[in-house]
Amino acid sequence: MSQLKKLLGVVWLLLGPAVIYFLLQGAITHIDPAGKKDINNPVIWVIIITIFTPIAIGLMIFGYYALKGEYGHLPENSEEV
Amino acid sequence: MNQTTAAPSKIIRQVIVASSVGTMIEWYDFYIFGMLAKTISTQFFPEGNATAALLSTLAIFAAGFIVRPFGALVFGRLGDMIGRKYTFLLTLILMGGSTFLIGLVPNYKSIGMAAPLLVLALRLVQGLALGGEYGGAATYVAEYSPANKRGYYTSWIQTTATLGLFVALGVIMLVKLNMSDEQFNAPWGGWRYPFWVSIFLVIVSIYIRMKMEESPIFSKLKKEGKTSSNPLKESFRNRANFKMVLLALFGAVMGQGVIWYTGQFYAQSFLETKCGLEFEQSRTIMLWAIAFATPFFLLFGWLSDRIGRKWIMLTGMLLGAVLYYFIFTAFLKDTDITEWKQDNPTMIKQDRKVSVHGTGSIVQVSSHFQTQDGSKFTQVETDTLSQTSSGTGGPRSYGSASATPVYTNKQVNNTTYIKFIFLVWVMVVLVTMVYGPIAAFLVEMFPTKIRYTSMSLPYHIGNGVFGGLVPFIGLLLTTSFPQYPLVGLCYPIGIAALCFIIGSIYLNNKIDKNVTD
Repeated sequence: MSQLKKLLGVVWLLLGPAVIYFLLQGAITHIDPAGKKDINNPVIWVIIITIFTPIAIGLMIFGYYALKGEYGHLPENSEEV
Repeated sequence: MNQTTAAPSKIIRQVIVASSVGTMIEWYDFYIFGMLAKTISTQFFPEGNATAALLSTLAIFAAGFIVRPFGALVFGRLGDMIGRKYTFLLTLILMGGSTFLIGLVPNYKSIGMAAPLLVLALRLVQGLALGGEYGGAATYVAEYSPANKRGYYTSWIQTTATLGLFVALGVIMLVKLNMSDEQFNAPWGGWRYPFWVSIFLVIVSIYIRMKMEESPIFSKLKKEGKTSSNPLKESFRNRANFKMVLLALFGAVMGQGVIWYTGQFYAQSFLETKCGLEFEQSRTIMLWAIAFATPFFLLFGWLSDRIGRKWIMLTGMLLGAVLYYFIFTAFLKDTDITEWKQDNPTMIKQDRKVSVHGTGSIVQVSSHFQTQDGSKFTQVETDTLSQTSSGTGGPRSYGSASATPVYTNKQVNNTTYIKFIFLVWVMVVLVTMVYGPIAAFLVEMFPTKIRYTSMSLPYHIGNGVFGGLVPFIGLLLTTSFPQYPLVGLCYPIGIAALCFIIGSIYLNNKIDKNVTD
């Protein structure tokens, strides 16, 4: 299990940039000043990309920690935190 | 707190009531804005005004996505420094006050751009307050609870989001059913009542909360001078704690968020927009399903004290990922108009409306049908008649341009109605599985001195951002792939499946007996 946790860390590490890429691509495809739907609205995309980019970076850090074996043992009390 | 030092049952009951009632009111306040968004936009954010449209977008999107996590940080920090009781009292006052004031803001026609600006500011205060409320209430109850009942007691807090939705749906429906649409949508009409009701609920809740004592664990920590001087730094710059924040987010809360919003919001919007179900039927389906499913929050909270929190939450996510496709397919199939039309429907009424525009006129024919098995629907056909003249003084004729008929106000028969209640109930039960044990789970993950801050942020990112985006990403996907009506489900199914994988591999199922450390 410990090995699997580490190996999957690579997947989470790569998933972060992939999320950012798809969001940017979605924004470029759908932003349309003439459109009337929410997905054509640039403000919404700016909000979503602004809030999702740190989350995607968080996923990369999670992957990095997993790869380094940080999740091999979870803290059992506050002394370990 | 361990079992030997737990507070007496009477005190715990008061703590649960004080926390739950306030939290439920906060959810109610937050939801009524979303549910009345259409009316609010016509009153405060008129079409054709670009600035008003921008403010409307910010009011709807920024309040949920940016301000909620920000509120978690601001009030989480306060809660870890000055105490849980005063912090979540403050959030309640802010939420109740801003909701009441939204109901008092004059509309755009009366005060111009000041109206949308005021509403936006008050909506942002609402989001901020909600971000600070939940962590405080959950922490407060958990710190009073004995270890063997922590899941059960905190599950009362978990019922509040769903009950807030239930009360919001109920109050709006009650007001709407007792007046005409014109009275409801008037500038000072019925749509304002749900906002005004809030102030009474909040005053009662503040009174109850004022009488409560500070959490015994936090009081002890404060007396010993062991509270955190910088909870944000200790929560997010301490690697050992930060890795747990990330694990809480990606291994539990993001899956919980999408299951919550799919079962209770996306389902309702799908029934109304994709299936075309009429307003009253779609709302009562939600109300019945929520009413029957709510006790399961307590059941799963209680069960989590016996078998652990992890697998109950993850099973809810897995079942959501597996069942959603079949449930939503059933919704579509049972409201498919082509099948209804094959059932030889009988026309029960026909209305004709003609409006004249310049040299032409528009004729709208609404035909009300009933199928053999009792389902009803309205077929609306719009014809444009344009006047043509064959010469001066000659006879005039009319050319007709008919559009494709539109089917609205579908009403399913009793059998299908009960079936739909059952299907939504199944989805809400999945919500109770993922949400019932999660407060105890989060409380046990973090130490007392930074608990409010550490658990609030992942909760509001998971619930507000991942969950709150379910309708938007659903729309994004259905617009991109219009030939697949169920494509919007890929997002909640994908996130729930991802969270299930991360949670099952990285989380442990151990119940932390001691949350005093």
